[in-house]
Amino acid sequence: MYNIKELEDKAKVIRRHIINSIYSAGSGHPGGSLSCTDILVALYFNVMKHGDRFMLSKGHAAPALYAILAECGHFSVTELKNLRKNDAYLQGHPDCNISGVEVSSGSLGQGLSIANGMALASKLDKLNNRIFVIMGDGECDEGQVWEAAMTSTHHKLDNLVAIVDRNRLQVDGKTEDVVSLEPFRQKWEAFGWNVTEANGHNIKELIDVLNQKVEGKPHMIIANTIKGKGVSFMENNLAFHGKSPSKEEFANSMEELK
Amino acid sequence: MTELSTREACGLTLVKLGEKEKNIVVLDADLSASTQTRKFAEKFPNRFFDMGCAEQNMIGTAAGLALSGKVAFASTFASFMTRGWEQIRNTVAHDNINVKLIASHSGFTDAADGATHQCFEDIAIMRCLPNMCVFSPVDVIETEQIIENEIHRKGCSYIRLNRIGMPKVNDDNYKFEIGKPVKLTEGNDVTIFATGTMVSEALKSREILQKENISVLIINVPSIKPLDKNKIVKYAKDTGLVVTVEEHNIYGGLGSTIAEILIENYPVKMKIMGVKDRFGESGEYKHLQQKFGLNYEEIVKNTKDLIRSGKTHE
Repeated sequence: MYNIKELEDKAKVIRRHIINSIYSAGSGHPGGSLSCTDILVALYFNVMKHGDRFMLSKGHAAPALYAILAECGHFSVTELKNLRKNDAYLQGHPDCNISGVEVSSGSLGQGLSIANGMALASKLDKLNNRIFVIMGDGECDEGQVWEAAMTSTHHKLDNLVAIVDRNRLQVDGKTEDVVSLEPFRQKWEAFGWNVTEANGHNIKELIDVLNQKVEGKPHMIIANTIKGKGVSFMENNLAFHGKSPSKEEFANSMEELK
Repeated sequence: MTELSTREACGLTLVKLGEKEKNIVVLDADLSASTQTRKFAEKFPNRFFDMGCAEQNMIGTAAGLALSGKVAFASTFASFMTRGWEQIRNTVAHDNINVKLIASHSGFTDAADGATHQCFEDIAIMRCLPNMCVFSPVDVIETEQIIENEIHRKGCSYIRLNRIGMPKVNDDNYKFEIGKPVKLTEGNDVTIFATGTMVSEALKSREILQKENISVLIINVPSIKPLDKNKIVKYAKDTGLVVTVEEHNIYGGLGSTIAEILIENYPVKMKIMGVKDRFGESGEYKHLQQKFGLNYEEIVKNTKDLIRSGKTHE
Protein backbone atom coordinates (compact mmCIF):
# COMPACT_ATOMS: atom_id res chain seq x y z
CA MET A 1 0.00 0.00 0.00
CA TYR A 2 1.47 3.34 -1.04
CA ASN A 3 1.42 6.40 1.22
CA ILE A 4 0.55 9.83 -0.12
CA LYS A 5 4.19 10.87 -0.64
CA GLU A 6 4.85 7.69 -2.61
CA LEU A 7 1.77 8.33 -4.72
CA GLU A 8 2.92 11.87 -5.42
CA ASP A 9 6.29 10.49 -6.50
CA LYS A 10 4.50 8.02 -8.73
CA ALA A 11 2.63 10.92 -10.32
CA LYS A 12 5.94 12.57 -11.14
CA VAL A 13 7.17 9.37 -12.78
CA ILE A 14 3.99 9.25 -14.84
CA ARG A 15 4.43 12.86 -15.91
CA ARG A 16 7.99 12.16 -17.02
CA HIS A 17 6.74 9.19 -19.04
CA ILE A 18 4.07 11.38 -20.66
CA ILE A 19 6.53 14.01 -21.83
CA ASN A 20 9.05 11.40 -22.91
CA SER A 21 6.61 9.37 -24.95
CA ILE A 22 4.98 12.38 -26.63
CA TYR A 23 8.37 13.91 -27.47
CA SER A 24 9.52 10.58 -28.86
CA ALA A 25 6.37 10.35 -30.97
CA GLY A 26 6.55 13.93 -32.12
CA SER A 27 2.81 14.30 -31.50
CA GLY A 28 0.21 13.66 -28.82
CA HIS A 29 -1.78 15.43 -26.15
CA PRO A 30 0.36 16.59 -23.23
CA GLY A 31 -2.08 19.10 -21.71
CA GLY A 32 -4.96 16.73 -21.11
CA SER A 33 -2.67 13.87 -20.16
CA LEU A 34 -0.95 15.90 -17.46
CA SER A 35 -4.22 17.25 -16.07
CA CYS A 36 -5.66 13.81 -15.24
CA THR A 37 -2.41 12.21 -14.05
CA ASP A 38 -3.14 12.55 -10.34
CA ILE A 39 -6.65 11.15 -10.77
CA LEU A 40 -5.24 8.12 -12.59
CA VAL A 41 -2.58 7.60 -9.92
CA ALA A 42 -5.19 7.75 -7.17
CA LEU A 43 -7.34 5.22 -9.02
CA TYR A 44 -4.74 2.73 -10.14
CA PHE A 45 -2.44 2.80 -7.12
CA ASN A 46 -4.98 3.11 -4.33
CA VAL A 47 -8.69 3.22 -4.97
CA MET A 48 -9.46 0.53 -7.55
CA LYS A 49 -9.89 -2.95 -6.12
CA HIS A 50 -9.61 -6.25 -7.94
CA GLY A 51 -12.62 -6.53 -10.22
CA ASP A 52 -13.13 -2.77 -10.57
CA ARG A 53 -13.13 -1.48 -14.12
CA PHE A 54 -11.87 1.69 -15.75
CA MET A 55 -12.67 3.52 -18.96
CA LEU A 56 -10.74 6.47 -20.33
CA SER A 57 -13.49 8.30 -22.15
CA LYS A 58 -11.18 11.24 -22.88
CA GLY A 59 -9.07 8.94 -25.00
CA HIS A 60 -6.53 11.57 -26.06
CA ALA A 61 -5.03 11.29 -22.54
CA ALA A 62 -3.69 7.93 -23.73
CA PRO A 63 -0.08 8.86 -22.88
CA ALA A 64 -1.11 9.12 -19.24
CA LEU A 65 -3.01 5.84 -19.31
CA TYR A 66 -0.17 4.03 -21.05
CA ALA A 67 2.33 5.31 -18.48
CA ILE A 68 0.07 4.02 -15.70
CA LEU A 69 -0.41 0.63 -17.39
CA ALA A 70 3.34 0.27 -17.92
CA GLU A 71 4.01 1.08 -14.27
CA CYS A 72 1.38 -1.53 -13.36
CA GLY A 73 3.22 -4.12 -15.40
CA HIS A 74 0.87 -4.55 -18.35
CA PHE A 75 3.79 -4.07 -20.72
CA SER A 76 7.36 -2.89 -20.60
CA VAL A 77 8.12 0.75 -19.85
CA THR A 78 10.42 0.68 -22.87
CA GLU A 79 7.29 0.42 -25.05
CA LEU A 80 6.33 4.00 -24.15
CA LYS A 81 8.97 5.53 -26.42
CA ASN A 82 7.33 3.73 -29.38
CA LEU A 83 4.04 5.58 -28.94
CA ARG A 84 2.41 6.32 -32.32
CA LYS A 85 5.32 4.92 -34.29
CA ASN A 86 4.91 2.71 -37.37
CA ASP A 87 3.47 -0.69 -36.40
CA ALA A 88 3.58 0.39 -32.75
CA TYR A 89 1.79 -1.44 -29.97
CA LEU A 90 0.77 1.84 -28.36
CA GLN A 91 -1.65 3.60 -30.69
CA GLY A 92 -2.30 7.35 -30.63
CA HIS A 93 -5.55 6.71 -28.77
CA PRO A 94 -6.40 3.71 -26.54
CA ASP A 95 -6.83 0.51 -28.51
CA CYS A 96 -8.52 -2.61 -27.19
CA ASN A 97 -5.54 -4.70 -28.28
CA ILE A 98 -3.39 -3.05 -25.62
CA SER A 99 -3.14 -4.97 -22.37
CA GLY A 100 -5.17 -3.16 -19.72
CA VAL A 101 -7.39 -1.34 -22.22
CA GLU A 102 -10.89 -2.86 -22.27
CA VAL A 103 -12.34 -0.77 -25.06
CA SER A 104 -10.89 1.61 -27.63
CA SER A 105 -11.57 5.29 -27.19
CA GLY A 106 -10.69 8.57 -28.81
CA SER A 107 -14.02 9.67 -30.20
CA LEU A 108 -15.38 11.79 -27.38
CA GLY A 109 -18.71 11.42 -25.66
CA GLN A 110 -19.02 7.65 -25.74
CA GLY A 111 -17.39 6.50 -22.51
CA LEU A 112 -20.21 7.21 -20.09
CA SER A 113 -22.64 5.11 -22.14
CA ILE A 114 -20.16 2.24 -22.21
CA ALA A 115 -19.50 2.59 -18.48
CA ASN A 116 -23.26 2.49 -17.90
CA GLY A 117 -23.45 -0.78 -19.82
CA MET A 118 -20.73 -2.22 -17.60
CA ALA A 119 -22.46 -0.97 -14.48
CA LEU A 120 -25.78 -2.42 -15.61
CA ALA A 121 -24.14 -5.78 -16.23
CA SER A 122 -22.63 -5.69 -12.74
CA LYS A 123 -26.04 -5.02 -11.21
CA LEU A 124 -27.57 -7.82 -13.27
CA ASP A 125 -24.87 -10.25 -12.22
CA LYS A 126 -24.90 -8.97 -8.62
CA LEU A 127 -21.20 -8.16 -8.75
CA ASN A 128 -19.72 -6.07 -5.99
CA ASN A 129 -17.40 -4.02 -8.19
CA ARG A 130 -17.21 -0.39 -9.26
CA ILE A 131 -16.91 1.18 -12.68
CA PHE A 132 -14.77 4.33 -13.07
CA VAL A 133 -14.75 6.60 -16.09
CA ILE A 134 -12.72 9.77 -16.69
CA MET A 135 -14.22 12.33 -19.07
CA GLY A 136 -13.03 15.68 -20.28
CA ASP A 137 -15.01 18.85 -19.67
CA GLY A 138 -15.00 19.84 -23.34
CA GLU A 139 -16.21 16.30 -23.96
CA CYS A 140 -19.40 17.21 -22.10
CA ASP A 141 -20.43 19.26 -25.13
CA GLU A 142 -21.42 15.93 -26.68
CA GLY A 143 -25.14 15.23 -26.36
CA GLN A 144 -24.53 11.55 -25.83
CA VAL A 145 -22.94 12.39 -22.46
CA TRP A 146 -26.26 13.75 -21.25
CA GLU A 147 -28.21 10.84 -22.69
CA ALA A 148 -25.93 8.61 -20.66
CA ALA A 149 -26.21 10.86 -17.60
CA MET A 150 -29.97 10.32 -17.58
CA THR A 151 -29.51 6.58 -17.90
CA SER A 152 -27.09 6.43 -14.97
CA THR A 153 -29.62 8.10 -12.70
CA HIS A 154 -32.63 6.23 -14.05
CA HIS A 155 -31.03 2.89 -13.28
CA LYS A 156 -29.61 4.05 -9.93
CA LEU A 157 -26.09 3.10 -10.91
CA ASP A 158 -24.41 3.73 -7.57
CA ASN A 159 -21.61 1.39 -8.67
CA LEU A 160 -20.55 4.02 -11.22
CA VAL A 161 -18.09 6.84 -10.56
CA ALA A 162 -17.55 9.41 -13.30
CA ILE A 163 -14.78 11.95 -12.96
CA VAL A 164 -14.66 15.05 -15.12
CA ASP A 165 -11.17 16.44 -15.63
CA ARG A 166 -12.32 20.06 -15.31
CA ASN A 167 -9.32 21.87 -16.69
CA ARG A 168 -11.52 24.55 -18.25
CA LEU A 169 -9.84 24.37 -21.65
CA GLN A 170 -10.79 22.56 -24.82
CA VAL A 171 -9.24 22.66 -28.29
CA ASP A 172 -10.64 25.92 -29.61
CA GLY A 173 -10.35 27.87 -26.37
CA LYS A 174 -11.60 28.09 -22.80
CA THR A 175 -14.67 25.97 -22.26
CA GLU A 176 -16.61 29.01 -21.11
CA ASP A 177 -15.78 30.86 -24.32
CA VAL A 178 -16.58 28.01 -26.71
CA VAL A 179 -19.77 26.62 -25.19
CA SER A 180 -20.16 27.55 -21.57
CA LEU A 181 -20.63 24.56 -19.30
CA GLU A 182 -21.43 26.54 -16.13
CA PRO A 183 -23.35 26.04 -13.97
CA PHE A 184 -21.65 22.67 -14.38
CA ARG A 185 -22.16 21.17 -10.94
CA GLN A 186 -25.81 22.12 -10.92
CA LYS A 187 -26.33 20.47 -14.30
CA TRP A 188 -25.17 17.12 -12.95
CA GLU A 189 -27.19 17.59 -9.78
CA ALA A 190 -30.25 18.40 -11.88
CA PHE A 191 -29.66 15.14 -13.73
CA GLY A 192 -29.90 13.36 -10.38
CA TRP A 193 -26.24 12.64 -9.69
CA ASN A 194 -24.46 12.78 -6.36
CA VAL A 195 -21.89 15.48 -7.12
CA THR A 196 -18.69 16.28 -5.29
CA GLU A 197 -15.90 18.61 -6.24
CA ALA A 198 -12.26 18.04 -5.55
CA ASN A 199 -8.86 19.50 -6.20
CA GLY A 200 -7.80 17.29 -9.10
CA HIS A 201 -4.15 17.49 -8.07
CA ASN A 202 -4.55 16.65 -4.39
CA ILE A 203 -4.17 12.90 -4.29
CA LYS A 204 -5.32 12.54 -0.70
CA GLU A 205 -8.47 14.51 -1.40
CA LEU A 206 -9.09 12.50 -4.57
CA ILE A 207 -8.81 9.22 -2.69
CA ASP A 208 -11.31 10.37 -0.05
CA VAL A 209 -13.79 11.54 -2.65
CA LEU A 210 -13.38 8.48 -4.89
CA ASN A 211 -14.31 6.25 -1.99
CA GLN A 212 -17.55 8.06 -1.21
CA LYS A 213 -20.85 6.58 -2.24
CA VAL A 214 -24.48 7.58 -2.00
CA GLU A 215 -26.96 4.71 -2.20
CA GLY A 216 -29.00 4.71 -5.36
CA LYS A 217 -27.15 7.52 -7.13
CA PRO A 218 -24.26 7.57 -9.59
CA HIS A 219 -21.32 9.64 -8.39
CA MET A 220 -19.93 12.59 -10.35
CA ILE A 221 -16.63 14.00 -9.19
CA ILE A 222 -15.77 17.34 -10.73
CA ALA A 223 -12.00 17.38 -10.41
CA ASN A 224 -10.74 20.93 -10.73
CA THR A 225 -7.50 20.65 -12.63
CA ILE A 226 -4.93 22.58 -14.59
CA LYS A 227 -4.33 21.56 -18.16
CA GLY A 228 -0.63 20.78 -18.53
CA LYS A 229 -0.14 20.49 -14.77
CA GLY A 230 3.43 19.82 -13.77
CA VAL A 231 5.18 21.66 -16.59
CA SER A 232 5.01 25.39 -15.94
CA PHE A 233 4.91 26.63 -19.54
CA MET A 234 2.27 24.04 -20.49
CA GLU A 235 -0.05 24.95 -17.61
CA ASN A 236 -3.28 26.56 -18.85
CA ASN A 237 -1.71 26.82 -22.28
CA LEU A 238 -4.10 26.01 -25.13
CA ALA A 239 -1.19 25.36 -27.45
CA PHE A 240 -0.28 22.18 -25.62
CA HIS A 241 -3.64 20.48 -26.09
CA GLY A 242 -2.29 18.44 -28.95
CA LYS A 243 1.31 19.43 -29.58
CA SER A 244 4.61 17.79 -28.78
CA PRO A 245 7.25 19.88 -26.99
CA SER A 246 10.21 21.12 -29.02
CA LYS A 247 13.70 19.92 -28.18
CA GLU A 248 14.24 22.85 -25.86
CA GLU A 249 10.78 22.57 -24.33
CA PHE A 250 11.39 18.88 -23.76
CA ALA A 251 14.61 19.57 -21.90
CA ASN A 252 12.91 22.24 -19.79
CA SER A 253 9.98 19.90 -19.01
CA MET A 254 12.23 17.12 -17.82
CA GLU A 255 14.21 19.58 -15.71
CA GLU A 256 11.01 20.69 -13.96
CA LEU A 257 9.87 17.11 -13.47
CA LYS A 258 13.12 15.94 -11.86
CA MET B 1 -49.87 -16.54 -48.33
CA THR B 2 -47.92 -14.24 -46.08
CA GLU B 3 -46.46 -15.25 -42.80
CA LEU B 4 -45.11 -13.13 -39.96
CA SER B 5 -42.84 -10.21 -40.79
CA THR B 6 -39.18 -10.65 -40.02
CA ARG B 7 -39.46 -8.12 -37.19
CA GLU B 8 -42.15 -10.26 -35.54
CA ALA B 9 -40.09 -13.39 -36.12
CA CYS B 10 -37.14 -11.71 -34.44
CA GLY B 11 -39.22 -10.62 -31.45
CA LEU B 12 -40.52 -14.15 -30.92
CA THR B 13 -37.13 -15.78 -31.44
CA LEU B 14 -35.48 -13.59 -28.82
CA VAL B 15 -38.14 -14.66 -26.32
CA LYS B 16 -37.81 -18.33 -27.23
CA LEU B 17 -34.03 -18.33 -27.01
CA GLY B 18 -33.94 -15.93 -24.07
CA GLU B 19 -35.15 -18.71 -21.84
CA LYS B 20 -32.07 -20.90 -22.11
CA GLU B 21 -29.59 -18.26 -23.25
CA LYS B 22 -29.29 -16.33 -20.00
CA ASN B 23 -26.61 -14.05 -21.40
CA ILE B 24 -28.87 -12.37 -23.91
CA VAL B 25 -29.80 -8.78 -23.16
CA VAL B 26 -31.98 -6.64 -25.39
CA LEU B 27 -31.99 -2.86 -25.77
CA ASP B 28 -34.42 -0.64 -27.64
CA ALA B 29 -34.80 3.07 -28.28
CA ASP B 30 -38.43 3.66 -27.33
CA LEU B 31 -39.81 1.60 -30.21
CA SER B 32 -40.23 -1.78 -28.56
CA ALA B 33 -43.87 -2.13 -29.55
CA SER B 34 -43.02 -1.68 -33.23
CA THR B 35 -39.72 -3.54 -33.24
CA GLN B 36 -41.34 -6.33 -31.18
CA THR B 37 -38.65 -6.37 -28.52
CA ARG B 38 -41.46 -5.66 -26.10
CA LYS B 39 -42.17 -9.37 -26.07
CA PHE B 40 -38.69 -9.96 -24.60
CA ALA B 41 -39.22 -7.05 -22.23
CA GLU B 42 -42.37 -8.60 -20.84
CA LYS B 43 -40.82 -12.03 -20.37
CA PHE B 44 -37.40 -10.94 -19.09
CA PRO B 45 -37.82 -7.42 -17.70
CA ASN B 46 -34.50 -7.32 -15.88
CA ARG B 47 -32.63 -8.15 -19.11
CA PHE B 48 -34.35 -5.52 -21.21
CA PHE B 49 -33.16 -1.94 -21.33
CA ASP B 50 -35.30 0.69 -22.95
CA MET B 51 -32.90 3.52 -23.59
CA GLY B 52 -35.63 5.90 -24.63
CA CYS B 53 -35.23 8.10 -27.68
CA ALA B 54 -31.42 7.93 -27.54
CA GLU B 55 -29.81 5.72 -30.16
CA GLN B 56 -26.17 6.73 -29.66
CA ASN B 57 -26.50 6.05 -25.96
CA MET B 58 -28.16 2.72 -26.74
CA ILE B 59 -25.22 1.60 -28.89
CA GLY B 60 -22.65 2.57 -26.24
CA THR B 61 -24.63 0.89 -23.49
CA ALA B 62 -24.99 -2.25 -25.59
CA ALA B 63 -21.21 -2.24 -26.03
CA GLY B 64 -20.66 -1.94 -22.29
CA LEU B 65 -23.00 -4.86 -21.63
CA ALA B 66 -21.33 -6.97 -24.30
CA LEU B 67 -17.91 -6.18 -22.83
CA SER B 68 -19.27 -7.68 -19.61
CA GLY B 69 -20.08 -11.07 -21.11
CA LYS B 70 -23.57 -10.38 -22.45
CA VAL B 71 -24.81 -10.90 -25.99
CA ALA B 72 -26.39 -7.53 -26.61
CA PHE B 73 -29.16 -7.06 -29.15
CA ALA B 74 -29.72 -3.35 -29.85
CA SER B 75 -32.92 -2.64 -31.70
CA THR B 76 -34.55 0.30 -33.43
CA PHE B 77 -35.74 1.33 -36.88
CA ALA B 78 -33.03 1.10 -39.55
CA SER B 79 -33.29 4.82 -40.26
CA PHE B 80 -32.61 5.71 -36.62
CA MET B 81 -29.88 3.14 -36.19
CA THR B 82 -27.89 5.28 -38.62
CA ARG B 83 -27.89 8.01 -36.01
CA GLY B 84 -25.47 5.91 -34.02
CA TRP B 85 -23.23 5.06 -36.98
CA GLU B 86 -20.16 6.73 -35.53
CA GLN B 87 -20.58 4.86 -32.27
CA ILE B 88 -21.08 1.67 -34.27
CA ARG B 89 -17.94 2.43 -36.26
CA ASN B 90 -15.56 3.55 -33.54
CA THR B 91 -16.65 1.28 -30.72
CA VAL B 92 -18.71 -1.71 -31.87
CA ALA B 93 -17.08 -2.46 -35.22
CA HIS B 94 -13.54 -1.30 -34.41
CA ASP B 95 -13.36 -3.53 -31.33
CA ASN B 96 -15.62 -6.19 -32.88
CA ILE B 97 -17.81 -6.12 -29.79
CA ASN B 98 -20.56 -8.72 -29.39
CA VAL B 99 -23.37 -6.36 -30.28
CA LYS B 100 -26.07 -7.43 -32.74
CA LEU B 101 -27.86 -4.50 -34.34
CA ILE B 102 -31.50 -5.29 -35.05
CA ALA B 103 -32.63 -2.79 -37.69
CA SER B 104 -36.33 -2.98 -38.21
CA HIS B 105 -38.64 -1.21 -40.69
CA SER B 106 -35.99 -1.21 -43.41
CA GLY B 107 -36.57 -0.07 -46.97
CA PHE B 108 -39.97 1.53 -47.33
CA THR B 109 -41.82 -1.13 -45.36
CA ASP B 110 -42.70 1.65 -42.90
CA ALA B 111 -44.77 2.95 -45.76
CA ALA B 112 -47.23 5.42 -44.23
CA ASP B 113 -44.72 7.11 -41.91
CA GLY B 114 -42.80 8.49 -44.89
CA ALA B 115 -39.25 9.49 -45.72
CA THR B 116 -37.65 10.00 -42.32
CA HIS B 117 -38.77 6.57 -41.13
CA GLN B 118 -37.72 4.74 -44.30
CA CYS B 119 -34.16 3.61 -44.93
CA PHE B 120 -32.36 2.98 -48.19
CA GLU B 121 -28.74 3.50 -47.15
CA ASP B 122 -28.14 1.04 -44.36
CA ILE B 123 -26.63 -1.85 -46.27
CA ALA B 124 -24.14 0.57 -47.85
CA ILE B 125 -22.97 2.15 -44.63
CA MET B 126 -22.83 -1.03 -42.61
CA ARG B 127 -21.02 -3.27 -45.07
CA CYS B 128 -18.16 -0.81 -45.41
CA LEU B 129 -17.32 -1.27 -41.73
CA PRO B 130 -14.59 -3.82 -41.05
CA ASN B 131 -15.75 -6.67 -38.77
CA MET B 132 -19.45 -5.90 -39.35
CA CYS B 133 -21.48 -8.78 -40.72
CA VAL B 134 -24.61 -7.77 -42.62
CA PHE B 135 -27.62 -10.07 -42.73
CA SER B 136 -30.93 -9.65 -44.53
CA PRO B 137 -33.27 -12.56 -43.74
CA VAL B 138 -36.08 -13.28 -46.14
CA ASP B 139 -38.58 -15.11 -43.92
CA VAL B 140 -39.37 -16.43 -40.47
CA ILE B 141 -37.14 -19.50 -40.51
CA GLU B 142 -34.17 -17.58 -41.86
CA THR B 143 -34.63 -14.89 -39.20
CA GLU B 144 -34.79 -17.48 -36.42
CA GLN B 145 -31.65 -19.17 -37.60
CA ILE B 146 -29.67 -15.98 -38.08
CA ILE B 147 -30.57 -14.84 -34.57
CA GLU B 148 -29.64 -18.20 -33.10
CA ASN B 149 -26.39 -18.22 -35.04
CA GLU B 150 -25.54 -14.75 -33.81
CA ILE B 151 -26.06 -15.68 -30.18
CA HIS B 152 -23.21 -18.14 -30.51
CA ARG B 153 -20.99 -16.26 -32.92
CA LYS B 154 -18.68 -13.75 -31.28
CA GLY B 155 -18.63 -10.45 -33.11
CA CYS B 156 -20.84 -7.64 -34.31
CA SER B 157 -23.55 -7.78 -36.91
CA TYR B 158 -26.31 -5.78 -38.57
CA ILE B 159 -29.57 -7.63 -39.09
CA ARG B 160 -31.94 -5.94 -41.52
CA LEU B 161 -35.61 -6.63 -40.84
CA ASN B 162 -38.80 -5.34 -42.30
CA ARG B 163 -42.18 -4.34 -41.05
CA ILE B 164 -44.43 -6.25 -43.44
CA GLY B 165 -45.25 -9.95 -43.61
CA MET B 166 -43.87 -11.68 -46.68
CA PRO B 167 -44.46 -15.12 -48.16
CA LYS B 168 -42.49 -18.06 -46.79
CA VAL B 169 -39.54 -18.77 -49.06
CA ASN B 170 -37.48 -21.51 -47.40
CA ASP B 171 -38.80 -24.93 -46.48
CA ASP B 172 -38.62 -26.37 -42.99
CA ASN B 173 -35.36 -28.19 -43.71
CA TYR B 174 -33.58 -24.94 -44.49
CA LYS B 175 -30.23 -24.37 -42.79
CA PHE B 176 -28.79 -20.86 -42.84
CA GLU B 177 -25.06 -20.72 -43.40
CA ILE B 178 -23.17 -17.51 -42.87
CA GLY B 179 -21.71 -16.28 -46.16
CA LYS B 180 -23.79 -18.57 -48.35
CA PRO B 181 -26.21 -17.36 -51.02
CA VAL B 182 -29.19 -19.65 -51.47
CA LYS B 183 -30.34 -20.99 -54.83
CA LEU B 184 -34.13 -20.94 -54.95
CA THR B 185 -34.85 -21.89 -58.57
CA GLU B 186 -32.97 -23.32 -61.53
CA GLY B 187 -32.60 -21.19 -64.66
CA ASN B 188 -30.45 -20.64 -67.74
CA ASP B 189 -31.14 -17.20 -69.09
CA VAL B 190 -30.68 -14.66 -66.30
CA THR B 191 -29.48 -14.82 -62.70
CA ILE B 192 -31.50 -12.73 -60.28
CA PHE B 193 -29.81 -11.96 -56.97
CA ALA B 194 -32.36 -10.67 -54.48
CA THR B 195 -32.53 -9.99 -50.77
CA GLY B 196 -35.22 -9.42 -48.16
CA THR B 197 -38.61 -8.30 -49.42
CA MET B 198 -37.54 -8.44 -53.07
CA VAL B 199 -36.99 -12.20 -53.03
CA SER B 200 -40.70 -12.93 -53.22
CA GLU B 201 -41.06 -10.36 -56.00
CA ALA B 202 -38.31 -12.17 -57.92
CA LEU B 203 -40.14 -15.47 -57.40
CA LYS B 204 -43.37 -13.93 -58.71
CA SER B 205 -41.58 -12.64 -61.79
CA ARG B 206 -40.39 -16.16 -62.61
CA GLU B 207 -43.86 -17.44 -63.44
CA ILE B 208 -44.48 -14.64 -65.91
CA LEU B 209 -41.06 -15.01 -67.51
CA GLN B 210 -41.57 -18.76 -67.88
CA LYS B 211 -44.59 -18.10 -70.06
CA GLU B 212 -42.25 -16.30 -72.43
CA ASN B 213 -39.75 -19.17 -72.26
CA ILE B 214 -37.32 -17.23 -70.14
CA SER B 215 -35.89 -19.22 -67.24
CA VAL B 216 -34.37 -17.36 -64.33
CA LEU B 217 -31.93 -18.60 -61.73
CA ILE B 218 -33.08 -16.95 -58.51
CA ILE B 219 -30.60 -16.55 -55.68
CA ASN B 220 -31.51 -15.29 -52.22
CA VAL B 221 -28.66 -13.42 -50.52
CA PRO B 222 -29.33 -13.41 -46.77
CA SER B 223 -25.67 -12.91 -45.87
CA ILE B 224 -24.51 -9.79 -47.69
CA LYS B 225 -21.31 -9.66 -45.70
CA PRO B 226 -19.52 -12.04 -45.56
CA LEU B 227 -20.40 -13.42 -48.97
CA ASP B 228 -18.96 -16.42 -50.80
CA LYS B 229 -17.40 -14.89 -53.92
CA ASN B 230 -16.98 -18.21 -55.66
CA LYS B 231 -20.68 -18.99 -55.44
CA ILE B 232 -21.61 -15.57 -56.82
CA VAL B 233 -19.25 -16.02 -59.76
CA LYS B 234 -20.62 -19.51 -60.41
CA TYR B 235 -24.22 -18.28 -60.44
CA ALA B 236 -23.24 -15.48 -62.81
CA LYS B 237 -21.45 -17.94 -65.09
CA ASP B 238 -24.54 -20.19 -65.14
CA THR B 239 -26.44 -17.61 -67.19
CA GLY B 240 -24.14 -14.78 -68.25
CA LEU B 241 -26.62 -12.05 -67.32
CA VAL B 242 -27.35 -10.64 -63.84
CA VAL B 243 -30.17 -8.67 -62.29
CA THR B 244 -29.96 -7.62 -58.65
CA VAL B 245 -32.95 -6.35 -56.72
CA GLU B 246 -33.22 -4.86 -53.23
CA GLU B 247 -35.34 -2.46 -51.24
CA HIS B 248 -32.32 -0.17 -50.91
CA ASN B 249 -30.58 2.57 -52.87
CA ILE B 250 -29.04 1.42 -56.15
CA TYR B 251 -25.80 2.73 -54.70
CA GLY B 252 -23.89 0.68 -52.20
CA GLY B 253 -26.22 -2.22 -51.42
CA LEU B 254 -26.62 -5.75 -52.72
CA GLY B 255 -26.17 -4.65 -56.32
CA SER B 256 -22.86 -3.00 -55.57
CA THR B 257 -21.76 -6.02 -53.57
CA ILE B 258 -22.44 -8.37 -56.52
CA ALA B 259 -20.94 -5.93 -59.02
CA GLU B 260 -17.73 -5.64 -57.00
CA ILE B 261 -17.30 -9.40 -57.06
CA LEU B 262 -18.16 -9.86 -60.72
CA ILE B 263 -16.16 -6.96 -62.12
CA GLU B 264 -12.97 -8.48 -60.70
CA ASN B 265 -13.74 -12.10 -61.48
CA TYR B 266 -16.30 -12.47 -64.24
CA PRO B 267 -17.71 -9.20 -65.61
CA VAL B 268 -21.19 -9.63 -67.05
CA LYS B 269 -23.95 -7.27 -68.07
CA MET B 270 -25.81 -6.30 -64.95
CA LYS B 271 -28.97 -4.44 -64.07
CA ILE B 272 -29.01 -3.11 -60.51
CA MET B 273 -32.57 -2.60 -59.33
CA GLY B 274 -33.18 -0.54 -56.24
CA VAL B 275 -34.48 2.80 -55.08
CA LYS B 276 -33.16 5.23 -57.66
CA ASP B 277 -31.23 7.48 -55.30
CA ARG B 278 -34.21 9.30 -53.92
CA PHE B 279 -35.81 9.61 -50.52
CA GLY B 280 -39.00 7.84 -49.59
CA GLU B 281 -42.49 9.16 -49.11
CA SER B 282 -45.80 8.22 -47.50
CA GLY B 283 -48.19 5.83 -49.17
CA GLU B 284 -49.28 2.22 -49.19
CA TYR B 285 -46.51 -0.32 -49.55
CA LYS B 286 -47.81 -1.73 -52.84
CA HIS B 287 -48.15 1.77 -54.26
CA LEU B 288 -44.58 2.63 -53.21
CA GLN B 289 -43.30 -0.59 -54.76
CA GLN B 290 -44.83 0.48 -58.02
CA LYS B 291 -43.68 4.09 -57.73
CA PHE B 292 -40.10 3.07 -56.96
CA GLY B 293 -40.12 0.38 -59.62
CA LEU B 294 -39.50 -2.47 -57.19
CA ASN B 295 -42.09 -5.13 -57.92
CA TYR B 296 -42.29 -8.28 -60.00
CA GLU B 297 -43.57 -6.39 -63.04
CA GLU B 298 -40.43 -4.27 -63.12
CA ILE B 299 -38.24 -7.31 -62.56
CA VAL B 300 -39.87 -8.94 -65.59
CA LYS B 301 -39.32 -5.83 -67.68
CA ASN B 302 -35.69 -5.40 -66.66
CA THR B 303 -34.94 -9.06 -67.18
CA LYS B 304 -36.30 -8.97 -70.72
CA ASP B 305 -34.43 -5.71 -71.47
CA LEU B 306 -31.20 -7.28 -70.27
CA ILE B 307 -31.67 -10.33 -72.49
CA ARG B 308 -32.36 -8.07 -75.47
CA SER B 309 -29.16 -6.10 -74.83
CA GLY B 310 -27.06 -9.24 -75.22
CA LYS B 311 -24.47 -11.01 -73.15
CA THR B 312 -20.89 -9.98 -72.38
CA HIS B 313 -19.62 -13.50 -73.03
CA GLU B 314 -21.35 -15.39 -75.85
